[in-house]
Amino acid sequence: MKIAVCIKQVPDTTELKIDPKTNSMIREGVASITNPFDEYAVEEALLLKEKHGGEVHVISMGPPQAVEVLKNALAVGADKVYLVSDKAFAGADTLATAYTLSKTIKTVVGDFDLVICGKQAIDGDTAQVGPGVATRLRIPQLTYVSKVREIDPEKKRIVVERLLENGREVVEASLPALLTVVKDINEPRLPSLLGIKKAAKAQIPTLTAKDIGAEENHIGSKGSPTWVTKIFSPEPRKGGGEILKGELSEVVPLLVDKLMETKFIK
Amino acid sequence: MPLNFDLTDQQQILRNMVRTFAEKEIAPIAQELDDKEEFSYALTKRMGELGLFGLFVSEEYGGGDLGYLFYIIAVEEIARVDGSQAATLAAGNSLGIAPIYYYGNESQKKEWLPVLCKGEALSSFGLTEPNAGSDAGASRTTANLEVDHWVINGSKIFISNSATDISKVCVVQAVTGKRADGRNELSCILVPNGTPGFTTQTMHGKMVWRSSNTGELYFTDCKVPKENLLGKRGDGLHQMLATLDAGRLSIAAMGLGGAQGAFELALKYAKRREQFGRPIASFQVNAFKFADMATEIEMARLLLYKACWLCEQHRPFSKEAAMAKMFCSEMYHRVANQAVQLHGGYGLMKEYAVERHYRNQKLLDIGEGTSEVQRIVIARHIGVPGRTL
Repeated sequence: MKIAVCIKQVPDTTELKIDPKTNSMIREGVASITNPFDEYAVEEALLLKEKHGGEVHVISMGPPQAVEVLKNALAVGADKVYLVSDKAFAGADTLATAYTLSKTIKTVVGDFDLVICGKQAIDGDTAQVGPGVATRLRIPQLTYVSKVREIDPEKKRIVVERLLENGREVVEASLPALLTVVKDINEPRLPSLLGIKKAAKAQIPTLTAKDIGAEENHIGSKGSPTWVTKIFSPEPRKGGGEILKGELSEVVPLLVDKLMETKFIK
Repeated sequence: MPLNFDLTDQQQILRNMVRTFAEKEIAPIAQELDDKEEFSYALTKRMGELGLFGLFVSEEYGGGDLGYLFYIIAVEEIARVDGSQAATLAAGNSLGIAPIYYYGNESQKKEWLPVLCKGEALSSFGLTEPNAGSDAGASRTTANLEVDHWVINGSKIFISNSATDISKVCVVQAVTGKRADGRNELSCILVPNGTPGFTTQTMHGKMVWRSSNTGELYFTDCKVPKENLLGKRGDGLHQMLATLDAGRLSIAAMGLGGAQGAFELALKYAKRREQFGRPIASFQVNAFKFADMATEIEMARLLLYKACWLCEQHRPFSKEAAMAKMFCSEMYHRVANQAVQLHGGYGLMKEYAVERHYRNQKLLDIGEGTSEVQRIVIARHIGVPGRTL
């Protein structure tokens, strides 16, 4: 089974700082990590490979320093990694990024069975790139996957559980397919010493727009219809809370009534 | 050679790996182990599985075949979260594995190193005695060669990793005769745990490193084959001093990592804790504390990494190791103190990890050569006359 995984390098912080003039993130002085949700994607690919055999190809689009996250992927056991990096990709929104990644997957992985992405990146939090890649590859998309129940590469069939706000949904799809995964799906492994050594020696191939045969008007800022007019952290919600006082046996029914009134529960 | 302060990708990945391990697997249980004064076999095994024992040992003996700085980074990251587990790792490597690796003969290395590097067994370094602390040359434990056996008598105290169920061997420093100059001849001898006449007892009631193992050792007509001698007869003092030189780097790493951990806890707390309507970090009196702590940590890291670099270049590093050990330990003391101060009353409670930092830092001023002894070492290196002029 051939599995492609898309990963992103993100700043390691929960307190993002935004440059008010350019409306972009301030990355200086902030350490970078693999987007946590993408680590679950890599782990799931490795688990599936261990069970069914095959290869895990990990792709990252980003600036040259994104090789760091690819080295990490090698250290945990990815078979092949590719950096997709070109000045022409600069300013890409989710549409252009999804196009670029889908072109890359077709070029380097070719005949794949599965593409796995994290549900979203912790910097932009759009959750659009995974589905966008699936659309361009013309394959089914299974988002927010919390468990792969069955997968049969021979019969080209997969059954997954999706973690939704109101419960779990079991979905069957044909292969190849694209999954985006949530953190319930597994526990990412730590790299082994052997893996770390392998990663350090590896030469990581860099692919440019030309290498993946990307059309100029579909990539970078030219291929990005999104205009960012302003980025800001929303103010914390103020007030509105209510504390119910009294005996537990009295306040619980009261709480249930209130929750039903507001349609939080039915 | 140009100055370069960047860690390699390999070192960075190792750091991330150890940090993730420490945060996910050690942090959640560290306080409970500390409360119960319980040595963790499970965590020791995990550190072995991750390859953290014997990082600097060559592959043929089951080691990681990576440089000394890798090992130092690993200790630093574990100490950031918990001093006890860092102690198990540092003692296991610097005092357990290192003497056998550097001074053992081929058959001793083949026998012990692979199992030690897996973290399945621990080796200890029997140096300190009730009456031989800073004056380590004053050992009273004796080993007499009788035909083809050493017969050992005496006792040792404060020996890390010596009394667990997986403690398999101890490198014991003993008096093996008189030198021509009339002073004691000291040699190191490998004594497997379980040898008749060799008993160990775990020491309890520690203020620091409560979930690491510290033992008292007793030797009563304990017989081991004469081949168990480590290196040459009479080399004991030299082996001990060289082992401590390198060991100091790992104690320094514990100071550095611990200070980093305490600093981060304090910063996180002070950004959230509000008094007088503002986060306490925003008061200049506290902001200055953080600026000082961050500066000291940076200084400590530069000094320690330089000492490691000298060690990896096979250049003399004894002076720098003593400086790093002394500075990192005393710096951890200052940082842990301010970190508790910033936590106010909460910092005195075991519920807050900073309390453990405050206790654990104290060992570093004392173990593997007190701060006073480090100053003597440094003074000698810079040409200050000693007492024996």
